[in-house]
Amino acid sequence: MGEVESVGLLEQKHSRRTFIKGVVAAGATVASANYMLNGTSVLGAAAVQSQTERMITLNVNGQQRRVDVLPNETLAMTLRYKLNLTGTKLGCDRAECGACTLLIDGVNQYGCSILTHSVRGREVTTVEGLEDPDTGELSLVQQAVMDEGGFQCAFCAPGFIMSMTALIEQNPNPTRAEAAHALSGNLCRCADYDKILNCAMRAGELAQNA
Amino acid sequence: MAEQLIGRDIAPPDLRAKVTGRAKYAEDFRADNMAFAKLLLSPMPHARVRSVDASRALAMDGVIDIMRADEVPAVEGPREQALTDEPKYEGEPILAVVAETEEIAAAALEAIEVDLEPLPFVLDPLDSLRPGGPSAYTEGNRFAGQDGWMDLKWSDQNFADIAAGNMPDVDSELTTSNWEKGDVDAAMAEADLVLEEAIVHQSVSHHPMEPRSTMAYWENGRLVIHVSTQSAQRAKQTVAGIFDMDEGDVTCIAEYCGGGFGGKIAGTTHMVIAPLLARKIGRPVMHRVTRYEENYLGRARPGFQSWVKMGFRADGKVTAIDLITVQDSGPYGAGDLNSGASTADLIYTPASMRFRGVAMYANTPPKAAQRAPGGAQIVGMLEPIHDKAARELGVDRLAMRRLNAPTADVEFGPRNGTLTSVFAREALDMAAEAFDWEGKQALSGRRNGSKVTGVGLALSPYTAGSRGYDGLMIIRPDGQLQVHQGIGNLGTHSIADTARPAAELLGLNWDQVEILWGNSTQGQPRSSVQAGSQTTHAHTRANLAAATDALRKIRAIASNRLGGSPGSYNVDNGRVSGPGGSMTFGQVAEAAIAMGGEYDGSVLPEDISATETLPVAQRLTGQGLMGIARDNYGGQGGLQSWVAGMALVELDEETGMVELLEYVGMADCGTVIHPRSLNAQILGGSIQGMGMAMSQKWVFDPQYGVPFANRLYTARPPGILDVPTNMLAGAIGIPDPQTPVGAKGIGEPPVGAGSAALTTAIADAMGGTCLCRTPLTPDIILAELEGREIPFSPLQQHVG
Repeated sequence: MGEVESVGLLEQKHSRRTFIKGVVAAGATVASANYMLNGTSVLGAAAVQSQTERMITLNVNGQQRRVDVLPNETLAMTLRYKLNLTGTKLGCDRAECGACTLLIDGVNQYGCSILTHSVRGREVTTVEGLEDPDTGELSLVQQAVMDEGGFQCAFCAPGFIMSMTALIEQNPNPTRAEAAHALSGNLCRCADYDKILNCAMRAGELAQNA
Repeated sequence: MAEQLIGRDIAPPDLRAKVTGRAKYAEDFRADNMAFAKLLLSPMPHARVRSVDASRALAMDGVIDIMRADEVPAVEGPREQALTDEPKYEGEPILAVVAETEEIAAAALEAIEVDLEPLPFVLDPLDSLRPGGPSAYTEGNRFAGQDGWMDLKWSDQNFADIAAGNMPDVDSELTTSNWEKGDVDAAMAEADLVLEEAIVHQSVSHHPMEPRSTMAYWENGRLVIHVSTQSAQRAKQTVAGIFDMDEGDVTCIAEYCGGGFGGKIAGTTHMVIAPLLARKIGRPVMHRVTRYEENYLGRARPGFQSWVKMGFRADGKVTAIDLITVQDSGPYGAGDLNSGASTADLIYTPASMRFRGVAMYANTPPKAAQRAPGGAQIVGMLEPIHDKAARELGVDRLAMRRLNAPTADVEFGPRNGTLTSVFAREALDMAAEAFDWEGKQALSGRRNGSKVTGVGLALSPYTAGSRGYDGLMIIRPDGQLQVHQGIGNLGTHSIADTARPAAELLGLNWDQVEILWGNSTQGQPRSSVQAGSQTTHAHTRANLAAATDALRKIRAIASNRLGGSPGSYNVDNGRVSGPGGSMTFGQVAEAAIAMGGEYDGSVLPEDISATETLPVAQRLTGQGLMGIARDNYGGQGGLQSWVAGMALVELDEETGMVELLEYVGMADCGTVIHPRSLNAQILGGSIQGMGMAMSQKWVFDPQYGVPFANRLYTARPPGILDVPTNMLAGAIGIPDPQTPVGAKGIGEPPVGAGSAALTTAIADAMGGTCLCRTPLTPDIILAELEGREIPFSPLQQHVG
């Protein structure tokens, strides 16, 4: 019994992954894990009662992903448990910590507090979608974190990186105080705030030179 | 010349995975046919399960099974079991349900009927000490080992003294630990100033960002477990012990840990749920722990109720300390009170000290070591009292700290402990210069509208190392040095940093070094727990010992193949060179494999751990040149690192809000391996201490014994806007003379420094008033400023 292969954008090395990617691209539900199918059959009755369509298409990291979604399912759960995009972390489940921060049409939002159904037709970007899928080049915020040795345990890192991405997009030359305000929806329990602000300043530098 | 590695900023090897989202924490793993577990938590602080009816739940589509308390490994006495039929805190898991999805498991919990008999409970340890007061256990409130349970009650006179606002004279028979040195009563009588205060330090939840989730499955009798833990090799060992398995049959994956702070030292109590259920149902099981659950299961720093009397000489020297600490040990115990007492003795070096400690069980969430356990509480609480004395004696606070701070010849605590080195005064001086102590002191008491400036100062030590672990590394035929790390990866960067001295000794550039960590199948030598700030010291040594062994073998091989004496060969840039010529490390590795014996690990040292390192090394033989050794460098005395913290605050007398304007933290932690990471430890730890002092609270409903402040927003750790955008950290960089690399740990000491820099700064802004309570929430500060009566008794816990 092996760990289920990731189906992220960047996993192109192995044929199994390539196959799954093909399945995904063709619009089939991700069916590599039996627990997902079990969930589908078990909850079939609920789907009949629901007015909400369950098979939906999401635009995640530039890909169209068909996925079976419960009416009350949050985007963070869909990403993590149905699309195998586990970079989006669950730190608190209810908008207290920001570990699940992602971008919806470029705006940073908490994935734990958004129903998956509500993002149909919108662009969802997770931390897995920041790297260039062809070259593996990091986004400038990711590169800034590499340059500054950002984060300690880094469980909060994907969320901070997404908020910082939205910040730099809007304000490529922030002050430390502006960056702190922009990142204040994210909690770092290691309290690596000083270094996180260094990362934001470095990202600003990279954005200026880009 | 190969590059210098010690003292440079080098990003850890796992950072790319962390910034791309590829780093997998326990809850990020998936397995075919994975089922989901969920725990039924007790709604009462103390109860007995009369009956459970799960028939409706088990009949639900998608519910696979449940697991009861009698199916988890049993424990005896006041110890924690993963599931229990006598829950001893609100939130203690009673049973587990496993289902096809987490949603179904959660729905199933709602359909399970549990009949609970409510039992008496204790939230405030003092209540349990009171004659006629309740006990956290039905059997009593003190467990005396073989003598079983008893009731520990203080006397009516003790409580009359407490009610009168005095320190009770508690008979040492009525304590759980006590010690005394010198003649405290005589010293107090001779003192020029005696201060006495009652103190409340609240419990503080750890709340790491990653809750303690686990995923596990069984394969041909072997267990694969993905666990959120601080320590890797030690966690594997713990899992193997629980299941009574050969360690080789446990695959423990702990490559990333989203914070622990002492709450996940060698795995977690509830990590057994997933493997037990997986075995029961024959499928992989994911046990995702939510934040709400983490609040209960996730451990907390024990709260203190203390009385302290401190005697001072006119020049500010502390001559005597008399300390009584009652500790909220939760249902399953904690040791903070004792380390707290030793810390008090260490920072103020009184000639006389008496400690009386009472560790009391309480029906509050379980306690565990939290970053500087005991020390951080005591430093945060005693430093303002120290400052109050400075004010009354007219002595400069900084000068008084220098006067009281120990030097390397200190003996402290109940066993007259000694230390390898102490450069506390040097750290104070460095902080004072960086902070501009003189200039800032002049701002003390300055008014700006309703805001008053306060200046804070703290000196905080804690343990910083251990000795005697094993190092293991292999130089491979491709010329790379592969370092096997058994320590954990919770963000301190020690998996990489502790390998640097070894790589430097071998003349390697950093890109010639590959770190293996967190996956037990790769082979982990006997390692320290990733706790107590041990690893920087313990594993720079263990790895250096292994590298020294490797260097000896490299030279021997060069001598053997190229001629000349081994000592005439030197290493640099992945080559060994000498009178007979030069070989690459790749060639050396191939030669080692060809020669066998000790060179490729076919013959192993006799002093490495026979049970932990030996079997691992035996599986790694023949892969290259093996460097393997026990840390036999030795040393006299314990290790402590120090942080001097200084803070400038503004206290708004209208709102009770405190704004931190400036903070400086300077450390004595020996040689600096990784400056950027060190500064992050100092500032991050200091900020955690600030949260402890200011915002993270425990509030209970006294009627039903349930916590109100049970989420991040009700007991919030500091956010990015709670601290200045520029904070300053650094270290004096004087090597510890008793360790070959000179480096000591630093994780713990900043917590007390951050806490006490704020408690002293606030006391300073209030004209020397010591509130002697944490957290210092605005309502408590305002009540004091306005002279209002507070709606709770001075020693009451859990009020906000």
